[in-house]
Amino acid sequence: MNKEVASGWGRKAPPKVEFRNVNLRYFSESGETHAVKDMSFSVDQGEFVSIVGQSGCGKSTLLSLLSGLMRPTDGQVLIDGKPVTGPSPQVGFMLQQDTLFEWRTILENALLGPEIRNMDLVAARERAERILTSYGLGQFLHHTPGQLSGGMRQRAALGRTMCMEPDILLLDEPFSALDFQTRLAIAEEIGDIIRREGKTAILVTHDIPEAIAMADRVVVLSPRPGRLKSIHEISFDSLGPTRPSSMDARDAEEFRDYYHTIWTEMENHG
Amino acid sequence: MVETVSAVEAPAKAPATAPPSAAYKKWLSLRARDRFMVQAARALLLITFLVLWEVAPRMELVIPMLTSYPTAVWDGFLELLALQNLGWHISVTMMEVVISFTVAMVLGTAIAICLWLSPMLERILDPFLVVGNALPKIALVPIFYIWLGPTGSIYAVAIAVSLFITILMLYTGFNQTDPNKIKLARTLGAGKRQILSKVVLPGNVHTFMATLKANIGLSLVGVIVGEFQASKAGLGYLIVYGSQIFRMDMVMAAIVILSLISVAIYFVVQKAEAWLTR
Repeated sequence: MNKEVASGWGRKAPPKVEFRNVNLRYFSESGETHAVKDMSFSVDQGEFVSIVGQSGCGKSTLLSLLSGLMRPTDGQVLIDGKPVTGPSPQVGFMLQQDTLFEWRTILENALLGPEIRNMDLVAARERAERILTSYGLGQFLHHTPGQLSGGMRQRAALGRTMCMEPDILLLDEPFSALDFQTRLAIAEEIGDIIRREGKTAILVTHDIPEAIAMADRVVVLSPRPGRLKSIHEISFDSLGPTRPSSMDARDAEEFRDYYHTIWTEMENHG
Repeated sequence: MVETVSAVEAPAKAPATAPPSAAYKKWLSLRARDRFMVQAARALLLITFLVLWEVAPRMELVIPMLTSYPTAVWDGFLELLALQNLGWHISVTMMEVVISFTVAMVLGTAIAICLWLSPMLERILDPFLVVGNALPKIALVPIFYIWLGPTGSIYAVAIAVSLFITILMLYTGFNQTDPNKIKLARTLGAGKRQILSKVVLPGNVHTFMATLKANIGLSLVGVIVGEFQASKAGLGYLIVYGSQIFRMDMVMAAIVILSLISVAIYFVVQKAEAWLTR
């Protein structure tokens, strides 16, 4: 699949996701907005990257570009070395709100993607049941979203995303609508699921602790126009060689240093 | 309607918890008394109105010829039934209402969908729709009569009256669909038509029902006005005919039947709504 691209770029396989000199301008009657400026970075297969920045830094725009909802004004957005041309089943998107359809049951919600993509619905149904059950929603397959708590709804939304079997997950502040307790628990749970399944994930958030606790790298953006400010490798050596869960990571001694560095960087930019 | 709903719900909850406390029992009995009071007050209001309507004309406090009175209306109703073929008049009006109501809903929904699918078309047509909606359709009755004849004009007025509001209500509802749900469907690969069928339409069942309810009244208005202008049958005809020969009892009887019809259709729609929204 990647062969022709790989040969074009030498021996190394292309990164899973790559932004190459991406610029995005929005146009409106009142003027133009330079939302993303000269953005270049890449994410490797199986990596978890958080993007932080103040509002207006274009972080959600990056996800829209990756998911194919928007095209860059210039530059290239590449997945597996190929330009993104539109929404693909390979990319799963989780939004701020769980956006479950209240007229569908949890199971039917999970089947929305397969229905839209005209996939084999029998297989999709089995898959959805298995995924939702493994997320602890087995008894709620035929409940409507209104009957579920916020955390359960967010897990159902993840189930809907996973039912498409994406290998890249885009998370646009998916925990911001939850209360603090649920938020920590769900972030940990979803983080675990994503790592266990070896998905590549990009999390956009303005919650610095969340960004550090979940990711392998944190990308900091500066606002208006959104530019890459810095990239921080996150590792918790004090807790051993394996990556700790996001809950444990918050207690690691390195955590505070990362937090302080990133917070200062964001603050300095006004 | 609200009354009956709570009447069903409150006792249903009671047996769920094993022993209801004394305070809860008291609360329940207070609620029951409240409901009874409301029902009683309604009955009293109706009875007072009917009694006043009956007594005042008979005591010559008002002129009976102008107001008629309930027993006379009842007699008028019986007379209509016996001599004027009332059942036929009712079925003519019902038929006109159902047909124009259906046409307006189907056509209005189709147009609203087209407008949603093509924002450009919506922008072009917007001022015309605004004018079409604001124009009192009743003013068109004479024109419709000349163009379409007595029967055609009745349908035309009734459809014209409810069509624009259908388009407007549905289109507004479509446009207010949660943008996040649409965005989600797009990330899953949905095109415009799939967004319509998977998100916009199922998400607007309540808008559709509200439009249906509004249209019952409106198509009745349209049909009756159409019948006023020119018809040989229907309740509107009976009302005009009754007033021309100064038979207020006949007019009132027709009006009472009309209100019963609209309540009946309203209940049908409500049943449909309960079924559709489960």
